[in-house]
Amino acid sequence: MRLHLTVNGEPRAVDDVGADESLLSLLRDRIGLAGTKNACEQGECGSCSVYLDGTLVCSCLVLAGQAADRDVVTVEGLAPPGTLDPVQQAFISAGAVQCGFCTPGLVLAVDDLIRRVPDPSDEQIREALAGNLCRCTGYQKIIDAVHLAAEGAGNGHHGH
Amino acid sequence: MDFLQPKSWAEALEARAALPGGLPVAGGTDVLVALNFRRRHPPAIIDLGRVPGLDEVSADDGWLRIGAATTYDRLMTALPADFPALALAARTVGSPQIRHRGTIGGNLGTASPAGDALPPLLAAGAQIEVASRAGTRRIAAPDFFTGPKRTVLAPDELISAVHVPRARGPQQFAKVGPRNAMVIAVCSLALALHPDHRRVGTGIGSSGPVPLAATEAERFLEGVLSAEGLWDAPRPLSASVRADFARFVTIAARPVDDVRGTAAYRTEALRVLAGRVLDWAWADYCRTGAR
Repeated sequence: MRLHLTVNGEPRAVDDVGADESLLSLLRDRIGLAGTKNACEQGECGSCSVYLDGTLVCSCLVLAGQAADRDVVTVEGLAPPGTLDPVQQAFISAGAVQCGFCTPGLVLAVDDLIRRVPDPSDEQIREALAGNLCRCTGYQKIIDAVHLAAEGAGNGHHGH
Repeated sequence: MDFLQPKSWAEALEARAALPGGLPVAGGTDVLVALNFRRRHPPAIIDLGRVPGLDEVSADDGWLRIGAATTYDRLMTALPADFPALALAARTVGSPQIRHRGTIGGNLGTASPAGDALPPLLAAGAQIEVASRAGTRRIAAPDFFTGPKRTVLAPDELISAVHVPRARGPQQFAKVGPRNAMVIAVCSLALALHPDHRRVGTGIGSSGPVPLAATEAERFLEGVLSAEGLWDAPRPLSASVRADFARFVTIAARPVDDVRGTAAYRTEALRVLAGRVLDWAWADYCRTGAR
């Protein structure tokens, strides 16, 4: 089928999309946006997290066809090219990036958390990030990064 | 493989009737796992995501109607007062990403014995509304499941909603798993007190081929509460009542050994959960009484 959708603010038309194809496959393999990572394909790891009409979802668990005429934002769309979103900057400043594989999904999950809860507690952070696995186990630095990003948001530096 | 995206409920029922092997999908959190791992090859996929109103929650005459496409995220935030056991259970499902997409209708359609939303439906006395072109019928929650991942849903039917009496008393849900998030239940238990009818409802999850009601535990507790006048003048329950209730819960379970736990572990864990949910619900009733 032919599919129309908006990705990072840009209208896209994609041909020959399969009925059982995932949004993750559409983004990575057909549109070429490789920032969204493919790991477990069963919603366990959160590496494929994207916004679908502003809602954080695992793109491996959404059919490509379900994103037709919808608005998708991936990690590439968080900040204008060549710039960093405050959450991305906070991850760097806090040393929350090790191998980097889980980082795009975590950055989006943290962005989603801070939009809803501007100054989250450690417990709220743990619950919000429960679906994003870091196999380097760098969770403490990631929690530090969330607090850092929240401080930035509190100072009015957050948003895009 | 065809991809259908009906724009109305009538269109969805037409598609379902025309393609009996078609796979209905709402949030996709179960279905996509099966498709990604090539475990299912349906001739068609019927996406219910464009059917208006399928995610509506409404109240009427003491009953709630929860649309089949209502997500766990919405159940968590919309139901703490009217269906607390389901709100609690929804919060234990997966992660925020999963709860944003997964639906109560999907949990029913998948019909895993471990489905977190299912024990609360049994405990609260819910009815499942299903529809075909021929009309609509309601099925009492315990009768909906016929085996692991099997239900009474006919090939031309779709799950449309859940109907449930609004809570008049305390409800609780507890679940055992290796983590505090992202786990399929090793076992779970829901408890609802219905002071208006002087009834007790239970639902056991992940400890049998289908979600089970602990009927003897319900009758036992109802007997104690009525005989001792505790519905009207609640006071703390004795240790022996607590222990007997828990024992009746374990007797109702039909656990097996599997990858998530042994039958013996599940029986012991259910005994512990039964004591806890009774403590929590009864303390709540002693504090606030009937609503």
